[in-house]
Amino acid sequence: MSTAAPAVRLQAAQIARRETLRQLVRSKIFMSGAIIIAFWIFCAIFGYRIAPHDPLDQSFPQLVGPSATYFFGTDQLGRDVFSRVLAGARDILLIVPAATLLGIVGGTIVGLISGYFRGRVDDVASRIVDAVLALPLIVIAVTVLVALGHSTVTLIIVIGVVFTPIVSRTVRAAVLSERQLDYVAASQLSGERAPYVMFVEILPNVMGPIIVETTVRLGYAIFAVAGLTFLGFGVRPPSPDWALQIADNYTLLGAGTYSWTVLFPGLAIISLVVAVNLVADGLSRVLER
Amino acid sequence: MSANPAGPTLELTDLKVVYRVRGIDRPVLRGISLTIGRGETYGLVGESGCGKSTTALAVVGYLPSNGRVTSGSIRLNGREVVGLKGNALRRLRADDLSMVYQNPGQALNPSIRVGDQVAEVFRTGGARPADALARAEQALAKVQIADPGSVMHRYPHQLSGGMQQRVVIAMALASDPALLILDEPTTSLDATIEAEVLDLIQHLQSEFNSSVLFISHNLGVIAKMCERVGVLYAGRLVEEGPVQTVLNQPRHPYTVGLLRCVPRGGVRKDHGRLDTIPGFMASIEEQLPPCVFADRCALAQDICRTEEPPMHWITAGHGSRCHFHEKAQDLPRATPSELGQPLTVDRSATPLLKVDDLAKQFNQRGRQVTALAGVSLAIWPGETLGLVGESGSGKTTFAQTLLGLVSPTRGTVELTGRVLPPRLFARTQNDVRVLQIVFQNPDSALNRRHSVRRILRRALKKLAGITGAAAEARLIKLTEAVRLAQRYLNVRPNQLSGGLKQRVAIARAFAGEPRLVICDEPTSSLDVSVQAAILNLLVELQAERKVAYLFISHDLGVVRYISDRIAVLYLGRLMEVGPAGVVFAAPHHPYTEALLSAVPTVDGGGRERIKLNGEIPSAAAPPSGCVFHTRCHRFLGKICEEVVPPLVEVEAGHQMACHIPLDELRRLQSEPREVSPGQAL
Repeated sequence: MSTAAPAVRLQAAQIARRETLRQLVRSKIFMSGAIIIAFWIFCAIFGYRIAPHDPLDQSFPQLVGPSATYFFGTDQLGRDVFSRVLAGARDILLIVPAATLLGIVGGTIVGLISGYFRGRVDDVASRIVDAVLALPLIVIAVTVLVALGHSTVTLIIVIGVVFTPIVSRTVRAAVLSERQLDYVAASQLSGERAPYVMFVEILPNVMGPIIVETTVRLGYAIFAVAGLTFLGFGVRPPSPDWALQIADNYTLLGAGTYSWTVLFPGLAIISLVVAVNLVADGLSRVLER
Repeated sequence: MSANPAGPTLELTDLKVVYRVRGIDRPVLRGISLTIGRGETYGLVGESGCGKSTTALAVVGYLPSNGRVTSGSIRLNGREVVGLKGNALRRLRADDLSMVYQNPGQALNPSIRVGDQVAEVFRTGGARPADALARAEQALAKVQIADPGSVMHRYPHQLSGGMQQRVVIAMALASDPALLILDEPTTSLDATIEAEVLDLIQHLQSEFNSSVLFISHNLGVIAKMCERVGVLYAGRLVEEGPVQTVLNQPRHPYTVGLLRCVPRGGVRKDHGRLDTIPGFMASIEEQLPPCVFADRCALAQDICRTEEPPMHWITAGHGSRCHFHEKAQDLPRATPSELGQPLTVDRSATPLLKVDDLAKQFNQRGRQVTALAGVSLAIWPGETLGLVGESGSGKTTFAQTLLGLVSPTRGTVELTGRVLPPRLFARTQNDVRVLQIVFQNPDSALNRRHSVRRILRRALKKLAGITGAAAEARLIKLTEAVRLAQRYLNVRPNQLSGGLKQRVAIARAFAGEPRLVICDEPTSSLDVSVQAAILNLLVELQAERKVAYLFISHDLGVVRYISDRIAVLYLGRLMEVGPAGVVFAAPHHPYTEALLSAVPTVDGGGRERIKLNGEIPSAAAPPSGCVFHTRCHRFLGKICEEVVPPLVEVEAGHQMACHIPLDELRRLQSEPREVSPGQAL
């Protein structure tokens, strides 16, 4: 036993990681979400190539209902909705992760500082967070986009900045409870500086909540991008973006029954949001036990 | 309920329980048979992982979802409990069984008033709401809660730990159960409170005539409370018998080993090292030989690995599952007792650490809470100063202030004659290196995401300034010094046992050759056999390196073993400071006297317990005059209420803060006190 033990123990950290992965793979919730997301990521990359028709081509008959030629019908400019739904994943799947990543990184830094130093630093940071949280995201975003002029980069930055305080709250709470543990004091008592304690000692221990928060934020970011695009402050024509398609065609719903022009892009958005939430759910069950 | 009034209350026959871990059934209880008679108190003792709690959970039908009884029977009042489900099980728990857990704070619902919670038990029993409340108040009065009327309206968090446990006990006894299971009921309490709760349980038992299954790792508590005791190891009852017989003439090598691990009878580090039990408690996944203890037993022969020892009955009630039970007491020592050269401490030299009038006030919601009220003391190189006191006495604040984690309101800390900056970040790296700490809970003291190697190499880099290849060599030396096998270096802390984790924590503290290491209850979360090994290690490191310790503990046996001098703290004030032998022998401060009398000893009997009045007062409103006067059993009168007794040297090296002159204390404490029949063992 004594000779076999070290070899077994060496890999113990990997085994623990593999175990987490195995639990995720077994989780139906996580896997169904992950498969849908994987599908949309595939479309974002290869959408234009696998689409049966050119998503931007306006030469098809206008407002034809779903058929064998046009699976999801065509819109009022004579574009193939099915091809546009496949290709429309690209912009949103570029903006959403970038904005979320920005918000997570910003929020993690603010949350770590706030939770680690506590006291006055925390008070100031928390009040700013409260102030930002008091305003609806769309209002802030529209204001900033109008003031600065809207581009994809501005859109990413605005959503990221608005997410920062929200993320920082979650991270701060996790850091506060982690801060009570003796290893933090032990680290300080070896003469470690604050950045080392925060990023090397504490950060790995709060990764669980951060990962879960990331997936939750992704869901909200999809809402935000779609909402802003619909209002005309997000992705710009002629992109086949889903929210843009809805914005282009929703007026038709009142006039007739051209529901397919709005229904399929709408379902695409819903499927992505639901998938992200399924992944978030599955992750939090495994990581937070 | 009265199916078989003549038979035993509880009868376990060959009870086997398994836990399913990663798809494989692992045995946890390997066939336990025991009986508890009517009104009898049966103690179950053993180290963590031996199956004590599993036994209790099996009896109440509350095994975790991956656990199940595979064979054997549990009979309560002659009725089979195994296999009961739904309503039948619920009725059994409501009518015949009660259980009290270790942590009373978690056993009570924080959002329901105490009165309503206790009344609920009566309502389940069928009482009308008004009636239930009245009976709840009576129940609280029965567990000796002063002013039960007002406690009824309070929430659990407004009560102290001792009071909470009384409430839990009141609830447990409310249904007048046939069997009361107490699972480490006093482990989380202070010694003085523990003694009171134990007295209460003894008193109530004679009144209610319930049978009691008393689970504890503390042999002293078992000796005080129980009539018979069973020693559990790896899911098997290895020895059973009347308490005094088992503890005084143990016939199983495991019992013998356990008893030798406990520092008792005033043994001190200069008398010799503590004995230990070799190896580790088997993990749940290990295959064990027919005699489950054989791998750790110095008496083991081939037969132990081929043939399961039957229960040998030495006398009618005293049995041991050991092939060599008649030789058990000759078990050779696992750790030789011999010592190196004892350290001599030169107290005429400059002290290593000198604390002068150290005080700390916390601002708690606008109230000033005095955690430390002017503590002055000194520690010389190579000595151990034991710091004792109840929780809330300021022990931890004192340690944190020395370390610079908390800055004092007034007073100074001097290191070899030089005043240290109060805050940690203002101290030089050398000051940081010299003052180190070993925390109470090694689980939280080690970063669970870092490997042992990473933790120790970083400590070497910061504290000793060693990096690269030299660090690896030093790392090996360091692990050897703390007797940590090198194969553990690549492992994360959560894969280590408590004792190994504590060795890593000690190694980290010793990475930079510290001069003073603060040990904050370093063994209180460990089993006794592991505790002995850690205490031995600390003593050896001290002898090798002339390091000084400030040893904080509530376990007076441990403090006496390791300390050269002892300081007694009460409400942030020093009550007594002196050489260990002097402080622990009369004449001593009345508070020290009461603390010592509260400790239940394995040897049983002996000291008669002094009842302190009430609990430690709030540090926000400390009593006037002598802060101890509200609870003092030697209270003099007006002078104690009005004049603060100064800490004066009453004899060479022995300081005390008490208005009673030393000679008077000597006379008072040599008088035998009247022993009331209820308290004699």
